[in-house]
Amino acid sequence: MTDTALELIELGAVFFGLGLLGRLAGRIGLSPIPLYLVGGLFFGTGGVLPLHGIEGFTALAGEVGVILLLLLLGLEYSATELIVGMRRSWTAGLLDIVLNAAPGVAVALILGWGPVGALVMGGVTYISSSGIVAKVLGDLGRLGNRETPVVLSILVFEDLVMALYLPILTALLVGVTLTGALGAVGISVAVLAVVLVVALRYGRYVSAVVDSPDREVFLLKVLGLALLVAGVASAMQVSAAVGAFLLGIAISGSTAENATKLLEPLRDLFAAVFFVVFGLNTDPASIPPVLGWAVVLAVATTVTKLGTGWFAARRVGIGPLGRARAGAALIARGEFSIVIAGLAVGYAVADDRLAALATTYVLLMAVIGPVAARLVEPAAQWARARRPAAATAPSAGN
Amino acid sequence: MEVTPLPGIGVRKDFALRNGRRIGVVTHRDGKIDLIVSKSDDPDACLAELPLTTEEAGALANLLGAPQLVAQLREEHADLPGIHTRQLPVGPPFDGRTLGDTALRTRTGVSVVAVMRAGQVHASPTPDFTLTAGDLLVTVGTAEGLDNAIKILKRG
Repeated sequence: MTDTALELIELGAVFFGLGLLGRLAGRIGLSPIPLYLVGGLFFGTGGVLPLHGIEGFTALAGEVGVILLLLLLGLEYSATELIVGMRRSWTAGLLDIVLNAAPGVAVALILGWGPVGALVMGGVTYISSSGIVAKVLGDLGRLGNRETPVVLSILVFEDLVMALYLPILTALLVGVTLTGALGAVGISVAVLAVVLVVALRYGRYVSAVVDSPDREVFLLKVLGLALLVAGVASAMQVSAAVGAFLLGIAISGSTAENATKLLEPLRDLFAAVFFVVFGLNTDPASIPPVLGWAVVLAVATTVTKLGTGWFAARRVGIGPLGRARAGAALIARGEFSIVIAGLAVGYAVADDRLAALATTYVLLMAVIGPVAARLVEPAAQWARARRPAAATAPSAGN
Repeated sequence: MEVTPLPGIGVRKDFALRNGRRIGVVTHRDGKIDLIVSKSDDPDACLAELPLTTEEAGALANLLGAPQLVAQLREEHADLPGIHTRQLPVGPPFDGRTLGDTALRTRTGVSVVAVMRAGQVHASPTPDFTLTAGDLLVTVGTAEGLDNAIKILKRG
């Protein structure tokens, strides 16, 4: 058998296996991300069935997966939505950062991974998975709920934070000094501001560059431009992902919607490869030692996200049940936590345990998130029924 | 009417009913429409979130809009005995044909004052107005004429 034949068979088996896993995830109402990670663990170093020969392809495809994940995240929200979201939810957004990054930072410091490792873990535990959250809200029929705009505006805020966080993290990872890092902060703030202004004022010109009535031409132009921008950004050490994200923000209107529709299947494909690659590079044997910490982080950040959602929803006058729903909806972590951990794995900031901890944490949170969102309502009602005195007291006052 | 943007999803438009419940629609970016009705015990949550096709949304809008128009016209004709206003559905025989093809005025003496389609009022339609099944004709005439018009619209 030739090498190519073997590689094709391996690749085909991986994709087919992922398809089966995705279907299983759909059946039990879960995000497929944790199952993809498990798939990666299964086939990777120290796994049950290590694969060889396709690393070159999967590594590059995984990179493309990250670029597409961020490009579509940028496409998801228009510049106006980002600015309005930031204005509306900045207090809740800041609380979100403080509460949810803190557990990750603390655990990283306890494990002795230093300030950069702490920054990585803070990002991993901070960022909710907008993909999982949006899907769960749709599945549970909560799009019309009054707390849903609160949840969405926090996700929007987290996106903007990502646009600042990723370049800073990249700069620190490549080992620049503190002043260099501050320079990176300045540059990323300036670039973000320029992109927002361009998107607001001249978005139609950016859109016109890529737009085309022909699907094929459109697809090639968008994908080509995204990879070009990502590559240039990467060469300037601003992180490929951020370049793609900012391009996504700059493309607006109907062009953005069409691009989303065209690129979604590609993103699903390449992102699946990215999750598998991340799992591949994680040795399953390294998981048990960090399992305890992952559980601690999972419990702590479930509580902190609940608190964030509760606070944000209470500010706009949502009732207790809605506050609990808003908090629970935000719990899920997924793709972007892995993107952040994936950035760090490329550089020697921390030992293998970081990847293992991030994998285990996301495995837990991607499962806990949707389950919690589903169970929060019956749980809250049960709690209210158990304490009828406490529940009726405030309403008696009205 | 409250208009709330849902970043990444679309727009929610709703309003509070007199009994405190909310009713409205979520318009998705791709044009899909969900009808939403809030729960009675928890005004923040939705009892139902029904996805509607464009045709279904149009039919619902007709159901809600036509009676209002008819009631308004009735009130205006209240002092003229023998004149009635009614909404008549267009049956399949006239799907894709013009208003002139029905020859309602010649055959029954009733006048079509408006066509309701997808909740939109098309006032004073001309004989070359093309009908589709599901349109509601707002008609004025005698009781007998209107009864005949119903039969014609149903059977062709």
